[in-house]
Amino acid sequence: MPKKLGIAIAALLIAAVFMCGCTGTSATGETPKRTLRIATTTSLYDTGLLDHIRPMFEEKYNAEVLIVSAGTGKALEYGQRGDVDVLMVHDRAREDAFIDGGYGINRRVFAYNYFVIVGPDSDPAGIRGMQPEEAFTTIMEKGEQGVSGVVFVSRGDGSGTHSKEKAIWKSAGFDYAADVRGSGDWYVEAGKGMGETLAMASEKQAYTLSDIGTFLAYRGDLELVPLVDEGAILLNIYSAMQINPAKYPEINSTIARDWINFLISDVVQQEIASYGVTEYGRPLFFPSAGNWGKIGVTQAECEDPIT
Amino acid sequence: MNEIAEGLLRAVGLIITMNPEVMAITARSIMISFTATVIAALIAIPVGAVINFSEFRGKKTVINLIQTLYALPTVIVGLFVFLFISRAGPLGFLRLLFTPTAMIIGQTLLILPIMTGLTVSALSGVDQAIRDTLHSLGATKVQFLANVLKEARFAILAAVAVGFGRAISEVGAAILLGGNIRAASFWSSTRVLTTAISLETSVGNIELSLALGIILLLVALVVNLLVTTIQQR
Repeated sequence: MPKKLGIAIAALLIAAVFMCGCTGTSATGETPKRTLRIATTTSLYDTGLLDHIRPMFEEKYNAEVLIVSAGTGKALEYGQRGDVDVLMVHDRAREDAFIDGGYGINRRVFAYNYFVIVGPDSDPAGIRGMQPEEAFTTIMEKGEQGVSGVVFVSRGDGSGTHSKEKAIWKSAGFDYAADVRGSGDWYVEAGKGMGETLAMASEKQAYTLSDIGTFLAYRGDLELVPLVDEGAILLNIYSAMQINPAKYPEINSTIARDWINFLISDVVQQEIASYGVTEYGRPLFFPSAGNWGKIGVTQAECEDPIT
Repeated sequence: MNEIAEGLLRAVGLIITMNPEVMAITARSIMISFTATVIAALIAIPVGAVINFSEFRGKKTVINLIQTLYALPTVIVGLFVFLFISRAGPLGFLRLLFTPTAMIIGQTLLILPIMTGLTVSALSGVDQAIRDTLHSLGATKVQFLANVLKEARFAILAAVAVGFGRAISEVGAAILLGGNIRAASFWSSTRVLTTAISLETSVGNIELSLALGIILLLVALVVNLLVTTIQQR
């Protein structure tokens, strides 16, 4: 059957193209591009910031940057298994554990912003303008009393935002597993990404915790307003770190270092400061340079290039 | 409801203007899923034929097992392949994770059971009268196989189309193994229609998500039209 033979040949050709594509050999004889693999958190990737600065880096360093976005939990898993060269996440406690475990080195803080507690404009629990801990306590009390319309939607997915939510419960004096989770119909776990969780909160006219970037990006489709956006605990710090080459010797550590130094360079810090202003009327991130005192990290962690 | 109309308009706009990024994503989707389908067909059709034509103990159990695997969740297939090809896994040295090749492997494994099972059904569906006639005419084993396969070709083609449909519409394995990467070069990127839909939904681009979904359905439509045309000849 000549037709079948034709299909088989086509398949082989396609397979051959894939092989070439995957080994990265260039037939044109140019110097081969270096490849950098990054795992990052969805809330950072979804803002578009990384795709905005990626071409600048690729041109300057003759590199190709491959970015995989996943919840912080999964991103850390990719890092721990050596599947990426750099991690960009926002969960200080778990980053510390990752570094202590010997998997990550050379962490640098490159940006920060704030989480917001959002909810329906009618604000049935009356949390507008409260401190975050006080707002959470009030939502819980009103929710357990069965006040109509008081529901909190949690990410419930082990993401960095979920970690922050747990930290706020803890700071408010509650044991997350014992007091909060499963304590009543007022507390709902979405088990989804930030955008879907916001959509769910909007449908249910419920409260949720969100990073500001995703909230602004999604705002047009939501019937939710920011109710609490001040309080030290809402600080959201984004860091980048290298996967330890001692664990995985084949890791591309030179270009990983270049990327992290690129992030804290003046040019990129200025890009971070202005990113999103035209679209949202306000920046989505603040640069870490010069602000290290304000966010409680060392100057070295924000500004010293990795050597 | 407005969003659906806007999605439709947007899809038409993206297709008419040949939006380069959408075209690249669509082409990548088709190539990855087509390759997976061809590889799966090259395995599933002979295996299905062997299962159908041979008599062995536990044949029913094997068929049951294959049919159970129709329900294989895509994420589990993805996770299974991931554990093998992740750098810490046994095949990690091949550096396949986050490449189109990894996605092809995942999709091939995903659709193998359904294509094998449907091949068995297709062959066993060939009329007993035809089999008897072939035997009574004194057909050799090879002639018998060739003729039964020929009789079942449309049903087997349908099995292949089902496999392609499942491959191009799945998102679980594609996102875990490919990583939904948008890179400068075509083959370094692993963004396909389904993973792009997933991303655009999570960032709130509802119309674009719908538009990409409509494009995916258009691809399926073209494939089905092709299959029907071949069947009617």
